[in-house]
Amino acid sequence: MAKTDIIIHDKKDNVGVIVVEKVTKGQDCGCWIMENDASNNIKSEAEIPLGHKIALQDFKEGDTIIKYGHDIGKVVKSIKKGDHVHVHNVKTKKW
Amino acid sequence: MDIPKSFLGYKRENGRAGTRNHVIILPVDDISNACAEAVSNNIKGTIALPHSYGRLQFGADLELHFRTMIGTGKNPNVAAVIVIGIEPKWTKRIVDAIAKTGKPVEGFSIEGVGDIDTIAKVSKKAQEFSMWASEKQREECPISDLWISVKCGESDTTSGLASNPTVGNLMDKLEPLGVHLCFGETSELTGAENVCAKRGKTKEAQDKFMKTWSSYNDFILKEATNDLSESQPTAGNIAGGLTTIEEKAFGNFQKIGSREFIDVLEPAEEPSKGKGLYFMDTSSAAAECVTLQAAGGFNIHLFPTGQGNIIGNPIEPVIKLTANPLTAKTMSEHIDLDVSKILSREMNLDQAGDELIKATLKVANGRLTCAESLGHKEFVMTKLYRSA
Repeated sequence: MAKTDIIIHDKKDNVGVIVVEKVTKGQDCGCWIMENDASNNIKSEAEIPLGHKIALQDFKEGDTIIKYGHDIGKVVKSIKKGDHVHVHNVKTKKW
Repeated sequence: MDIPKSFLGYKRENGRAGTRNHVIILPVDDISNACAEAVSNNIKGTIALPHSYGRLQFGADLELHFRTMIGTGKNPNVAAVIVIGIEPKWTKRIVDAIAKTGKPVEGFSIEGVGDIDTIAKVSKKAQEFSMWASEKQREECPISDLWISVKCGESDTTSGLASNPTVGNLMDKLEPLGVHLCFGETSELTGAENVCAKRGKTKEAQDKFMKTWSSYNDFILKEATNDLSESQPTAGNIAGGLTTIEEKAFGNFQKIGSREFIDVLEPAEEPSKGKGLYFMDTSSAAAECVTLQAAGGFNIHLFPTGQGNIIGNPIEPVIKLTANPLTAKTMSEHIDLDVSKILSREMNLDQAGDELIKATLKVANGRLTCAESLGHKEFVMTKLYRSA
């Protein structure tokens, strides 16, 4: 089994979660999709710490982030595949 | 794993079973705290439950106060109760309701007597209760006597990935054995409310859930001075990688596994529809939520955490689990079960669920939780609005 750096809940998700202490910029990261037990790889474009999210695709402003197969918020600043996804580029659609 | 069919608990007069055998000194109001604490200092084997309220409350807020007081006294983890209030009337209302369980309970009021004589009088009764309770022995009880409540705190993305699903796995395995289960945290289901509502077993349960959630959300919208992003997610959540309330909600929701809830409870309301999963309308603040669940009659609590919430409860043992390897290492004295191996894929959910069942039964049988051994006994009343 290849080393898992990133876990993805659902195959529909467009973000994954870092499950190692951190990934570094340019790192070739191993991803595991829980839902269907599939594996793939992605190149990280930033240093991202444990528990934080990585973009699995390019996003533009207004796009929707999908995690657990569900809508968890909107993109407020464009994001490149492999970048860190967090409060600086994503906001809630509630409240 | 073959799940044990029984645990060693304390059988109570009303047929319920406790995982603990506490004698509590329950102040009705804030100004009776000093007296209650003096008695618990005098008499070993008793515990005072000081809190901040109980004066000039009215309407639904007062009813919730009574329900929390009474439910705490009725909880099967409590062997006997002393109630102390400034005035006799509210004190008696609480004593009479607890007495219906058949357990020893006695009330005292301070007005016209003063603290010192009250403390002397109450201490005599407390000594009698404590020594009586100390004779109680644990007996074999069916696993269906476990009433398990759940609430997560200081969550991060590892909660949604692993520790919350571990609790969900336990629920999936234990619900068929006839246990009662309870989840709450109305505000922290925001974003997942429609998905959660669909888990209502009946149309009635689904509608009741949406009504409860909408009422909470309306209140939030009315009172909020900003978008609530300072509070939800919390700074700790954000440090742990959680970005939005929706993300937190879907993580939170993993705790119920694939279960359906049969009813929606008011805060601190005792379930009345038999075994199965209940949703209780609660705040998402840890100590408030667990205090309400304990008052609803739940006798053991599972608390997944990401960044390391340290909460305990005076009467309901709180078992903590984490999947965050850093938290497991840096805050090990607070963590009863480390499931971080799920993230490194050295352990799967099924195995983690089994480990949690084992840990839960150990605590049900008497093993102290980390929170108990560290002296955590947060007892926090929920207040709905200003007093008169």
